[in-house]
Amino acid sequence: MSLFEVRIHGRGGQGVVSAAEMLSVAVFTEGKHAQAIPSFGSERMGAPVQSFVRFSDHDIRTREPVIEPDCLIIQDVTLLSHESTFAGLKEGGYVLINSTHTIEELGIADKLKKIPASHLMVVNATGLAREHLGRPIPNAALIGGFSAITGQLKFESIEKAIHKKFAGAVGDGNVAAARAAFNEVLEAKGLN
Amino acid sequence: MLKQVEGSIGVAEAIGLCRPDVVCAYPITPQTHIVEGLADMVRKGKIASNCQYINVESEFAALSVCIGSSATGVRSYTATSSQGLLFMAEAVYNASGMRLPIVMTIGNRAIGGPINIWNDQSDSMSMRDAGWIQIHAESNQEAGDLHIQAFKIAEQLSIPVMVCVDGFLLTHAYEQIESSTQEQVDEFLPPFKPMQALDCANPMSMGAMVGPEAFMEVRALNIAHFNNAIEPIQKISEEFETIFGRKAGGLYEHYNSEDAETVVVALGSVNGTLKDIIDEYKQDNVSIGSFKIGCYRPFPAKQIAEQLKHAKRVVVVEKDIFAGVGGCLANDITIALKDTDIKVYSVIGGLGGRPIFKKSLMKILDRAMKDELEELSFVDLDHSLVDREITREDLFMTKAV
Repeated sequence: MSLFEVRIHGRGGQGVVSAAEMLSVAVFTEGKHAQAIPSFGSERMGAPVQSFVRFSDHDIRTREPVIEPDCLIIQDVTLLSHESTFAGLKEGGYVLINSTHTIEELGIADKLKKIPASHLMVVNATGLAREHLGRPIPNAALIGGFSAITGQLKFESIEKAIHKKFAGAVGDGNVAAARAAFNEVLEAKGLN
Repeated sequence: MLKQVEGSIGVAEAIGLCRPDVVCAYPITPQTHIVEGLADMVRKGKIASNCQYINVESEFAALSVCIGSSATGVRSYTATSSQGLLFMAEAVYNASGMRLPIVMTIGNRAIGGPINIWNDQSDSMSMRDAGWIQIHAESNQEAGDLHIQAFKIAEQLSIPVMVCVDGFLLTHAYEQIESSTQEQVDEFLPPFKPMQALDCANPMSMGAMVGPEAFMEVRALNIAHFNNAIEPIQKISEEFETIFGRKAGGLYEHYNSEDAETVVVALGSVNGTLKDIIDEYKQDNVSIGSFKIGCYRPFPAKQIAEQLKHAKRVVVVEKDIFAGVGGCLANDITIALKDTDIKVYSVIGGLGGRPIFKKSLMKILDRAMKDELEELSFVDLDHSLVDREITREDLFMTKAV
């Protein structure tokens, strides 16, 4: 695996930074190098937040933000209209969106012409989190979905990373949400 | 053991292995996770020494407590950032003037105003001449390793040490770290034997008033001791490599710059980005390399001049700018190279957390290599905005007159 770069967009309180952390830990458990850098400042609930994750077989030295992501994870649909959200997305890259709507309903198909249909998925991560965790924090479900859409990581690695971050019932709930999202995305991919 | 952890936690764990006796700090972004990590370790009894974590009401108090504890001869640690360091200023000079070997992490952050919590290096730069040794970390691995070295440097020389760690870019970044073992650290770092210590059985004063009859001699001695730190800092970095099997610290590090025409000089984490840039240039056989300054204070001017003497030009990239000085590192490098014909370019970037992109830096370096760059330039500065504002203010002033 050469360099693979992920940018996560969300809002303060949605676990954008934790998602990056967990992804990096998951990659690490597979024996690869990973770097997660948050781009947050004053932590305010609801403010737009980004975080960046890089994976590589080699040492990662650069410290610049991810400007040409291989994958975008969008935790909040209200950010879809922000110009910066899709900026620099690589041709053939992946997009995973947390929403109850379809891509057509979201009206973003025009922005994503370079993305094959099987690389573009919507999952109701907030709903899954409510169901399995009892809280509307979509990050764990989305990294589960990430594993399915990109095939970059085994689900077991995601599971380990979630358990490392969250102990006990919170960890179990997050893993359950992640697994549900993983299965949903795999199934949707099969249909494409 | 390899671990994927946040930089701050890696630093806290490295400090814990150094068996500090007193940790006293006041939380401030982006240093907070380091001292939270240490507080947690102290509470859970994870630090082998009987470490006391002392809560205080301010940064001034935090360093003052460390001055007191260090004076009684116990290993003392604190950490801060930005305005917190400024608030400490009086105590910063007292710690070095009294030659107390305190170790302090600086989670590098911009100084206000306007208030800004993001990374640059103006905070540690503002205290560059306060008589503390300053060493800079490029990565989270090095950040942890430098703290282990810092206690040894400080205590061997009786000079306090600041370990500068870029805020957010390192403190909040997750990457893999090879953690050290207690055995390794114990082998490397002997128990603290203070040069002098407050002792009720043998009463004495430290930091008492010195009048005009001796103050100059005290200062001259202080500066002599400080300048003598350069060799031990290098030697301690080599000892570290022998025991831990990895490189960290030291005075400087070449990256394809030993015989390059153009050498980019920098401090801290931007060196990682620079190494990637140098690799890109290397593919096109461009004669350019980067040169990391590990030890910024004392400034190893002679060693740097010797290492850079082959260069045609030196481009100094740094995250600070001071009224009257410009870029501090560029200023130091210019002085170090004053007897040469090497052209020095000063490049200011990353102020207040503005990202330093590879592409932006490469544009600047391309111009430097053609000697088309201004003596002072900025990475991704919106010149039109600044110029427009200056014009508007000029008009306003003209009308006001």
